[in-house]
Amino acid sequence: MDAQLGEIILLSLRVSATALFFSSLCGIPAGILLGLNRFPGKRLAIILIYTGMGFPPVVIGLLVYFLLSQQSPLSALPFLPDLFTPEAMILAQIILAFPLVAGFTMTAVQAVDPALRLQVMALGATRAQAALAVLRQAKNGVIAAIVAGFGGIISEVGAVMMVGGNIEGRTRVLTTAIILETRQGNFQTALALGLVLLGIAFVINALLFVLQERWQDA
Amino acid sequence: MKILYHIDQLRQIYQGRTVLDVTELSIRQGEILAVVGPSGAGKSTLLRLLAFLEPPIEGKIVFKDHEFTSLTSEMPLALRRRVTLVFQRPLLINTSVRANVAYGLRLRGERDHSSRVEQALREVGMEKMANVRSRTLSGGEIQRTALARAIVLQPEVLLLDEPTANLDPYNVRLIEDLIQRLNLQHGMTIVLVTHNIFQARRLAHRTALLLDGKLVEVAETGRFFENPTDSRTRAFIQGEWIC
Repeated sequence: MDAQLGEIILLSLRVSATALFFSSLCGIPAGILLGLNRFPGKRLAIILIYTGMGFPPVVIGLLVYFLLSQQSPLSALPFLPDLFTPEAMILAQIILAFPLVAGFTMTAVQAVDPALRLQVMALGATRAQAALAVLRQAKNGVIAAIVAGFGGIISEVGAVMMVGGNIEGRTRVLTTAIILETRQGNFQTALALGLVLLGIAFVINALLFVLQERWQDA
Repeated sequence: MKILYHIDQLRQIYQGRTVLDVTELSIRQGEILAVVGPSGAGKSTLLRLLAFLEPPIEGKIVFKDHEFTSLTSEMPLALRRRVTLVFQRPLLINTSVRANVAYGLRLRGERDHSSRVEQALREVGMEKMANVRSRTLSGGEIQRTALARAIVLQPEVLLLDEPTANLDPYNVRLIEDLIQRLNLQHGMTIVLVTHNIFQARRLAHRTALLLDGKLVEVAETGRFFENPTDSRTRAFIQGEWIC
């Protein structure tokens, strides 16, 4: 069990960390774009982001399942992963975390005094430099956005169960393992896995909190 | 004197309300032009346009043979960087005074700037506070830091929006002396927006009155105050309610 547990923990971390990385890579710029600019369709984009923030993971799982299944006309696309692989789980988690990261980043950026951007521009900043200055002021909110994204995916089970299939040694992660052990009546194991999951969440959130504090003092 | 800015049929409208409607105005190189007027007259809007921070709805601003109109998405960066605007309520970055003053230079990619920063800090009397964090500064110190942050860039044009509003007499004197020094020693063109007509009289070569977004009168400062041509200018100088 120890070796299996290590494998499950590592896969959980790999899937969620990779998904968080890509959702932050897309979500932070999207949040800045929505927070700082006016463009046609912005209101609709914000409503979609808000809707995505509350999307049930199982529905995302269903959509990704359909997208990657043989019935989907898009499944032949070379960059799409196969079903029941860690990559499929990562894709589902990116879709889950993206609106959380983008939405919270947008709110954080909007909370920065709008005069700051203008004043930085008045000092000769380019648009990109001005956006970066706003982002620096909003950094606590941006870290909170990343924390929210992480919280949304490390603990979700519906999407990874659907697209990963909970295959032992291949796609079993902590949340799906907890469900399996509970169904089999192995409550002690399930509880232990739950504690491990909580511990991981605590350590990662503590690290992000320390990072937030350091940035605040910088 | 050479004309630095020429404004022609300039209009700015926010949410359907015309906030600025200036038919014509020229700003001469090396002068101090004071723009006075009551609150809401469009003075700050004029400064933002002169700093190329927002395009006008109608009309144009000609600066160094470059036209800035509603069709100009952005002025060339090199031109925009010749002009610096100090806002009425400056925002500083939550770091040291020195880092704040160096900020604009860093944006320009200039790395070896310590001597210029120290010089700018001395100019505003903040050299002893260089390492103090900006959030602990008083209103006067914030204003002086913002001025240092602007003058360290050695702009051709310095736009000042109420630079001494709510400051004590010591800080007012210090900033006024600096404005005169920058103009006399460096030939810097300065556009000064102020409520304080006495300040305009002390500092400016020419003074302009803005009222409801329209330019009422522009004249040499002596004539503006002693022999204004418009009755509204006379009323404003005498502190009467004008509308």
